[in-house]
Amino acid sequence: MSAVEVRDLVKSFGATRALDGANWCAEAGRVTAVLGPNGAGKSTTIECLQGLQRPDSGLAQVLGEDPWGASAEHRARVGLMLQDGGLPSMSTPPALLAHLASMYADPADPSALSARLGIDDFARTIVRRLSGGQRQRVALATALIGRPDVLFLDEPTAGMDPHTRLDVWEIVREQAAGGAAVVLATHSFEEADRVADDIVIMDRGRVRTSGPRAEVAGAKSLEDVYFSLTGRGER
Amino acid sequence: MTTATGQRAAARGIRIRRQASFEARTMLRNGEQLLVAFILPAMAMIGLKFASVPDLGARRIDVIVPGVLALAVVSTAFTSQAIATAFDRRNGVLRLLGTTPLGRDGLLGGKTMATGFVLAFHLLALSILGMALGWRPEVAGLLPALITIVLGAGCFVALAMLVAGRLRAEAVLAVANLLWVIFLGLGLLLPTSTLPSAAVGVARLLPSGALGDGLRDAFVEGAWPVTSWLVLAIWGGISAMLATRIFRWSD
Repeated sequence: MSAVEVRDLVKSFGATRALDGANWCAEAGRVTAVLGPNGAGKSTTIECLQGLQRPDSGLAQVLGEDPWGASAEHRARVGLMLQDGGLPSMSTPPALLAHLASMYADPADPSALSARLGIDDFARTIVRRLSGGQRQRVALATALIGRPDVLFLDEPTAGMDPHTRLDVWEIVREQAAGGAAVVLATHSFEEADRVADDIVIMDRGRVRTSGPRAEVAGAKSLEDVYFSLTGRGER
Repeated sequence: MTTATGQRAAARGIRIRRQASFEARTMLRNGEQLLVAFILPAMAMIGLKFASVPDLGARRIDVIVPGVLALAVVSTAFTSQAIATAFDRRNGVLRLLGTTPLGRDGLLGGKTMATGFVLAFHLLALSILGMALGWRPEVAGLLPALITIVLGAGCFVALAMLVAGRLRAEAVLAVANLLWVIFLGLGLLLPTSTLPSAAVGVARLLPSGALGDGLRDAFVEGAWPVTSWLVLAIWGGISAMLATRIFRWSD
């Protein structure tokens, strides 16, 4: 059984068909990068997998369960880093991480995580006053605090400086090495090339190709494959 | 990655209590919340105590303090909650917490407990101030007053969720503050009987008039303000029903 499974997934918002029969899966111990232009359906897929959206039809399964209305036990096994962060604006990072850690029976150590992600440098600043990159680091820490079996990261390194980006990629690889299934939505070919074992390329609500990175790219670069599959190959 | 018992989430009771304490600390540290829920009501109490209008009868302070307590209920249960919830939604906080073991029901439970705790804190402080200014509540009215406060808080939290459920955060900020002023004027702070005759009937059917008059009836006369309870229950019930239909967890 795959840790994450998406089968014939369909989701419409009014007249817009955000997902039009998408199929792919992600395995434990591997990093799966989901690539695609804006509006391809990446975020909607991930929202379905987190139980934030209910699919119109098809199957979205995480750890063998339907995420829609899943139990607290299920939610405890899934970590999530949202694009908008979702951090309470008046809280300091350590207070927030300690609070979120208290939701889990056996969480990661918040101070070790803070040190690792360089959050200590701005520990006394409330979330509202943090820079975009600092906020991203805190958001990543919130995703890791429950020591998840499945980790969803929506553009995790957007707005981060190059050093932090390298640190984050290292952490992502460690999570997979520790047995977690990591799903990473990204616009960055460099990111996908550096960290992903498997690639999923989406466009207009469908999956254009998926599989191990070497197979998807073949002899070409990931970038070339991407543009040819998402309809901009002739430019 | 699993503990000896295999449990990954903290127990439900712990999750809700931790959320309540987190929310309560956030509320008490928030300067605007303190202003609207404690400082402004306290200023109203002192101002009305030393003013001579309107005529509130021989024991002025006994009529003033219940109105001030009613105002504090609306500040904490309605204005603060509506604004905090709207901004939490816009910032994605409701979405994020909904996907942790806390979940949506835990989030609601935590918010309810936090509101109750912070409200109790403000009411106690304002009551002590009132007593220092000579307030002597009717002892027989304590229980009906408590019932009125609980019903009023529930009704205004439901109204807050209705206002915060769909509108943009900035719009919620404006509407919640505007309604605070309107409620204040329509029977919350002063008895509906002091209003112009055209407004009296309307104010008594509004949750503001019901809560204000209900608390005054209880604390001044030791009465059981059943009509007020009915008004609050109806407003609260309808608001809660509508709120659950229109409420969005993310923008």
